[in-house]
Amino acid sequence: MTHTHIPRISGVLRSPITFSVLAGLVIGALFLVGTGADPLTAYSAVLTGSLGADGIGSTLSTGTSVLGMALALAIPLRAGLINLGGDGQMVLGGITAAVTGLYSPLPAPLTVVLALLAGMAVGAAYAALAALCENRLGVPLLVSSLLLSYPAVSLASYLARYPLKEPGSSLPQTRAMPDGVALPAFGDSTVTIGLILVVLAAAAYWFTDKRTAFGYEIRMTGLNSRFAAYAGVERRGLTLKLMSVSGALAGLVGAIGVLSFPYRFVDGSLTAPGYTWTGLTAALLAAAAPLGTVIASFFFAVLAVGGLAMERTTEVPRELTQVLQAIVIVFLAARLRFPSGWFRRRPQENPQESPQEIGAV
Amino acid sequence: MFFDSDLLMSALRALTPILLAALGGALCERAGVFNIGLEGMMLMGCFTSVATSWFTGSAWLGVLAAALAAAAYSLILAVGAVTLRGDAVVLGIAMNLLAVGLTSFLLRTVFGVQGTFDDPSLAGLPLIGGFTPLAYLAFVAVAVAAVMLSRSVWGLRLRGVGEAPDAAATLGVSPAKYKYAAVLISGVLCGLAGAQLALGNVTLFSENMTAGRGWIAVVAVMLGRAAPVGVLLAALLFGLAEAAGFRLQGVGLPQQATDAAPYVVTLVALFLSTARRRRRTANSPSGATT
Repeated sequence: MTHTHIPRISGVLRSPITFSVLAGLVIGALFLVGTGADPLTAYSAVLTGSLGADGIGSTLSTGTSVLGMALALAIPLRAGLINLGGDGQMVLGGITAAVTGLYSPLPAPLTVVLALLAGMAVGAAYAALAALCENRLGVPLLVSSLLLSYPAVSLASYLARYPLKEPGSSLPQTRAMPDGVALPAFGDSTVTIGLILVVLAAAAYWFTDKRTAFGYEIRMTGLNSRFAAYAGVERRGLTLKLMSVSGALAGLVGAIGVLSFPYRFVDGSLTAPGYTWTGLTAALLAAAAPLGTVIASFFFAVLAVGGLAMERTTEVPRELTQVLQAIVIVFLAARLRFPSGWFRRRPQENPQESPQEIGAV
Repeated sequence: MFFDSDLLMSALRALTPILLAALGGALCERAGVFNIGLEGMMLMGCFTSVATSWFTGSAWLGVLAAALAAAAYSLILAVGAVTLRGDAVVLGIAMNLLAVGLTSFLLRTVFGVQGTFDDPSLAGLPLIGGFTPLAYLAFVAVAVAAVMLSRSVWGLRLRGVGEAPDAAATLGVSPAKYKYAAVLISGVLCGLAGAQLALGNVTLFSENMTAGRGWIAVVAVMLGRAAPVGVLLAALLFGLAEAAGFRLQGVGLPQQATDAAPYVVTLVALFLSTARRRRRTANSPSGATT
């Protein structure tokens, strides 16, 4: 997109991202017509339901988790590494925060800080384990991170159902956090300081990516790992660092989840909404660029929350938004875009602007 | 006794869907397409088989429809990765997500239920000696794949396309054609795997019912080094882990521990196999090749 003689706008319109999102919305509309609903009514229900006065709080609290997971997955993705173990790292962070919150002898405000840090530390350690599997044992990160995720989810589920289970409750959940052990919320909403924390994390990621040598090394590895290695980037060390940061962020999302409403660890409540997969989708859509990841996360949080409103008004199942999300990524991965003639762009020898080599395993 | 014929039987039952899917994955691997969309293709097979069996009353039509639907679904990978040269890993992840969304959406629009659909009158596959015909077919498929890959011209060309696509193209073998064939066959096999899962020893469809089996199949391909017999052994290991876990649950171990067992066993097996391979390459006079 560096050709200065081409109007910038046509570059944006022709970007595979625009094509994928539009294609997703069009196919979503076909599904809506197929189920007998009016696409315009449905899509406007998505928007009013998620951005209107009743929905914006929910969108921001969902957005907190989605953005947190999107950052967690974007940071390794920037270097071409795919962390598929977000669920495990997040859930371990959550259960650790719950244990810390319940048993810490410190005053409540310090306990909150401690619980957040403990959640991040455990998430980071678990993700680092997946990195070590690749570095030392030769198991590809994609596979090691994913396989490690299942036992972690099972362990947290076991803890919430047996040793830590709230006595007398029929639900698989821990006791509620003690008084004051909670992230401060904005007004009566479910939006907490957690949103500020993940936005700060996004800002830190943006700064590292744009302004530091480390950020340059990461991008260089993502674009061409062999060149980066030749230039002196130590790949194993980079994998370990990026996975630790990734796991720490996933653990933070888990801890935030436990320190927000309903202020306890409920088995399945972190994994069931699919934050990990939505986050991964957002990170992929943005090619892991910091600002783009924030925008894509907001877009998917709007879809997820708006999907519920759509279900209420049109009786179309909200799972449609999940379909739409996946379709966007299918088109993106297939590198489809509008043909060049559409925007009067001169045909080129090589129309592909060397898209990032994501996930070269 | 812990290791008895019952355990082996239930291990063989657990192995069938993994084996079918992993065979498909192995063919793709040999043709040079990294297929991690097995999970999604399998899930599409599960839903299609249940829906077709329910509306036609015939489990066999369900199997056929599952194979066709999953093959059609696999075209996303074939077109995306082979023709459009997209990223196979991202495509695979997207296909898995799409399958979860699509089948959950269809479960609600077609059957009007959320979570699980089961009905006593849903026709399942007949059992012969405790196994569905698909279980026997899976073993036949291993033999056929092994012979085809190592003894036929088609197999030689498929492997050539995977190992040296340019050389194959120079000799007049179209890499795209063989890659498409491998992906489509993996679609058919995953469809059968899905039908086995949904119409085999239990007859129902539930959201995300593949529960990571497609990923285990991906690992089985790695463990078995994309050779049909190797893949069979890897799938057997997984089947034994699942069966042993199920048995231990009867002894009082919590379900969560036994749920995690197959993944842990798979991971450990992967460590051991890569460790052995590395030691071998380190000892060989030519040194490491990578």
